[in-house]
Amino acid sequence: MNMLRTAGTVLWKDLRIELRTRDAIGAAFVFSLLTMVIFNFALDTNTPEMRRLAAGFFWVAFAFSGTLALNRSFALEKESGAGRALIFAPVDPAGVYLGKFFANALFLLITQLVVLPAFIVFFDATVVASRWWALAASFVLGSVAFASVGTLFSAVASNTRMRELLLPLLVLPVTVPALIGAVETTAFALGASDSASFWFRLLLVYDVVFVTVSLLIFEFVLEE
Amino acid sequence: MRRRIADIVAEGALFVLMLMAIAMMFFYAPIESEMGIVQKIFYFHVPLAWNAFLGFAIVFFASFRYLATRDPKWDARAVSAAEVGVLFTTLVLITGPIWAKPVWGIWWTWDARLTLTFVLWLIYMGYLMLRRYVESPERRAVLAAVIGVTGFVDVPLVYFAIRWWRTQHPQPVIMGGEDSGLDPRMAATLWVSTAAYLLLFTVLYRRRLALENLRNDLDTLRAEREHNQGVRS
Repeated sequence: MNMLRTAGTVLWKDLRIELRTRDAIGAAFVFSLLTMVIFNFALDTNTPEMRRLAAGFFWVAFAFSGTLALNRSFALEKESGAGRALIFAPVDPAGVYLGKFFANALFLLITQLVVLPAFIVFFDATVVASRWWALAASFVLGSVAFASVGTLFSAVASNTRMRELLLPLLVLPVTVPALIGAVETTAFALGASDSASFWFRLLLVYDVVFVTVSLLIFEFVLEE
Repeated sequence: MRRRIADIVAEGALFVLMLMAIAMMFFYAPIESEMGIVQKIFYFHVPLAWNAFLGFAIVFFASFRYLATRDPKWDARAVSAAEVGVLFTTLVLITGPIWAKPVWGIWWTWDARLTLTFVLWLIYMGYLMLRRYVESPERRAVLAAVIGVTGFVDVPLVYFAIRWWRTQHPQPVIMGGEDSGLDPRMAATLWVSTAAYLLLFTVLYRRRLALENLRNDLDTLRAEREHNQGVRS
């Protein structure tokens, strides 16, 4: 089987599991809402200055809830030895990575879309009419950034005794540049800044670099 | 035996060089006209930072070599460099604010270099933590190497992201160029101190490497004994 067919099969498998259980997106959605509630109590979010920082709140909520969804990705494979079957299957490990990566990127993107209305309501955020494309690009590039490193490190963390606890400790420092880029591009879409072309380019570079590195290195994680 | 002698010579040289660096800091280099005595911390701070970066570069190289060769000696090198690197980075993060408070008036600022150092510290703490939670030595080496490679690829991205972010949001404190009008005696002191810390790094790294090798030998012996007992019974 070639790489893309493997990727398609893995992606379809993860999608079907998620459609039946709604575990990853459900947990990430509720967790995002909870983070916003906590923000509201920790800071007075209904002042004009706070509204300028809304993009930051959104991505903080998303960075934490996203690691929940990512944890699920390989914890799933630990059940009934599914991961071992993946290792022994005569397929390209890069294909397994791609499938998992597409599934995770899609889950993260769907989570963002579900959370967006709540975010707009809670933080009184308005997307500048001509900048919906920027918001869409920010979400897609940001999700890809988190999913690229997140999928690789989720596989790493699932091999340790700490499992779920380790993933945020590994993912969050490495995604710092992506997080800054995502916040700045979303802020641009919300009208908090005038230009974000540098940040779009940074996100794009980050995505290309980490998808490539992960594709090359994933085969080492996927072995016994 | 020859290795022991080389280590003893290196440690003797370290003692002499470190004394020399400290003597130069306090008796040779002039007291800075604006910052006063507190500026002397820079002769510790800057060499520690440079050598910490060297350590993380070694982690990257050794991790990469480990994945290519699967030779355990590269894993031992990577973990030794990571531990000394994290130790040096911790000292950088402690000495920095001690200097910054009297000079800048604040303990910390999210300037590009400070943030990069802190993020690096977090990445390599994650690297060391990961190692503690994997039982099998080969799995541990492989997974750690994956983090060692990916973490280092992140360094330029973090740096450019934060630098750009800073230029968009100017800070009240602006650092001048490091060599701007540096007194030649200060420069000489900085270089001697850098050499001393490079040697300190090397000595600590070699000790840590020897310890790692002893541990691996012990694991092998234990495994052999268990195997032999299993065969006998």
